[in-house]
Amino acid sequence: MADEPGGSAAVTLAGVAIAFPLAGGAIYQAVQGIDLAVRPGEFVAIVGPTGCGKSTLLNATAGLLQPSAGRVSIFGAPLSGLNGRSGYLFQADALMPWKTALDNVAVALEPQGVRRGEALERATQWLTRVGLKTFLGSYPHMLSGGQRKRVALAQVLIRNPEILLMDEPFGPLDAQTRQIMGNLLLNLWAQDRKAVLFVTHDLEEAIALSDRVVVMSAGPAATIIGDFRVGLDRPRDAAEIRLDPEFHRIHKEIWSSLRAEVQKAYAFGEAG
Amino acid sequence: MTRFKLLLAQIGVGLVLLALWHLVTNYPIFGTVKNAQFFFSTPGDVMLRVVREFASGEIWRHLWITLQETVLAFVFGAGGGILMGFLFARRELLAAVFDPYIKAANALPRVVLAPIFALWFGLGIWSKVALGFTLVFFIVFFNVYQGVREVSPTVLANARMLGMNERQLLRHVYWPAALTWMFSSLHTSVGFALVGAVVGEYLGSSAGLGYKIQEAESVFDVTGVFAGMVILAVFVLVIDSIVTVIENRLLVWRPGPGGVGKS
Ligand SMILES: Nc1ncnc2c1ncn2[C@@H]1O[C@H](COP(=O)(O)OP(=O)(O)OP(=O)(O)O)[C@@H](O)[C@H]1O
Ligand SMILES: [Mg+2]
Repeated sequence: MADEPGGSAAVTLAGVAIAFPLAGGAIYQAVQGIDLAVRPGEFVAIVGPTGCGKSTLLNATAGLLQPSAGRVSIFGAPLSGLNGRSGYLFQADALMPWKTALDNVAVALEPQGVRRGEALERATQWLTRVGLKTFLGSYPHMLSGGQRKRVALAQVLIRNPEILLMDEPFGPLDAQTRQIMGNLLLNLWAQDRKAVLFVTHDLEEAIALSDRVVVMSAGPAATIIGDFRVGLDRPRDAAEIRLDPEFHRIHKEIWSSLRAEVQKAYAFGEAG
Repeated sequence: MTRFKLLLAQIGVGLVLLALWHLVTNYPIFGTVKNAQFFFSTPGDVMLRVVREFASGEIWRHLWITLQETVLAFVFGAGGGILMGFLFARRELLAAVFDPYIKAANALPRVVLAPIFALWFGLGIWSKVALGFTLVFFIVFFNVYQGVREVSPTVLANARMLGMNERQLLRHVYWPAALTWMFSSLHTSVGFALVGAVVGEYLGSSAGLGYKIQEAESVFDVTGVFAGMVILAVFVLVIDSIVTVIENRLLVWRPGPGGVGKS
């Protein structure tokens, strides 16, 4: 059912379930029955309580994790091995600590066979674009959490992937910086609309940035309990859009549904 | 404490110890002065001997030999350790098969090997290099093995998502991670290279600092033994500070103590 007509979706998860083996032979069923399709050029946000399996889903989409059931397809082709058509902005720090910001970004071009001189030039441009022109020679430990996230963003975007997987990219930042980064992301995205799967625990951020908000239930066996279209006009300003009456209507709708669904899931868990 | 005060305190401790040594060996506090001097010599005599060793130029030859042995032991030991550590970390099966042998070899007190090495490699520098090698190799080996295996899974996953192949992962992720661990054990491994050289010389040779000390001991020349130890101590301090300089150069990317960046 998740397959788009013609199988043209950038990302298709069909009946995906993921289980982790625990110590003592037990199995933890993290997510189950996930059906999700992201069209090319679509910005989809995933929200859900902590530990529900959002990172797990992104890992499966990236090909870092094998689903125990179901199918992951990328542009209609079943995924096997790593997903080479996607860029992944990890939740945890993922920069190489022994490389400067510039080298961290430039090295992302090496697998594509770009000459080093040109790679450095383009990396400088990208770091300038994310506002880090003066930090080219800084090592990750000399950068703030937000600066590191921006280096990581440049590292992912410089490869120009067709699909963007982003796992709470603005997680450790204050509200103000989140909005600045949100606008930065929207501007970059507007230039060549990639398919985006954006994980966040901030419902407002999800609505402000995305075309669709997908809500997950709490684990174990978490699944998608809501899928909401965000009809706000683009281009948007991630801060100002929050004053829009339509924003409030959507927020209310998702929030009431989310709360009701979580309570339902909770009641079901109690009964079962 | 400021740097200056710290230096003063460090020098103070040294002076107090020297003064105590001087008192005990020049005044009849414990038994006769003659007896005390036979067992402990005196700071003055030891200093005089050190100065004479350098004045005559005799000591330079021995220092040079010991330095050569130390450097060679370190280079071969570290090279072998990096290579094997890398190989074992990337080939689980190999590591599993060789595990008990590595552990057994590492548990062996190296001193028992010295005579065998003397037999195999002669009394020249190579038997000392071999002894130092057996010490350095295992330190570097275990550190590199650990370093390669404990690369942050996120950094690794990220590098793979960037499309790096096995060779590029090696160059940009595994190799720097391994080097970090090797450098973090640099002081220890250089120290052990020196220990190997000196112990080797002590147990059988005709040159080097260890030989000088052993030669003095064999004729109960306590002044000579202490002079040799003083020279050895200064030698160690010099080498250690060179290592510190190299370390600071190579590990600029690492956060310093308290998360403050190193200069
Ligand atoms: N390697 C693993 N082994 C066992 N359990 C795991 C493993 N990885 C994740 N889990 C479990 O799967 C569930 C989902 O984890 P996941 O990291 O996907 O959560 P999340 O939704 O990203 O949470 P957060 O918002 O806190 O990042 C958690 O309960 C977690 O304990
Ligand atoms: Mg997560």
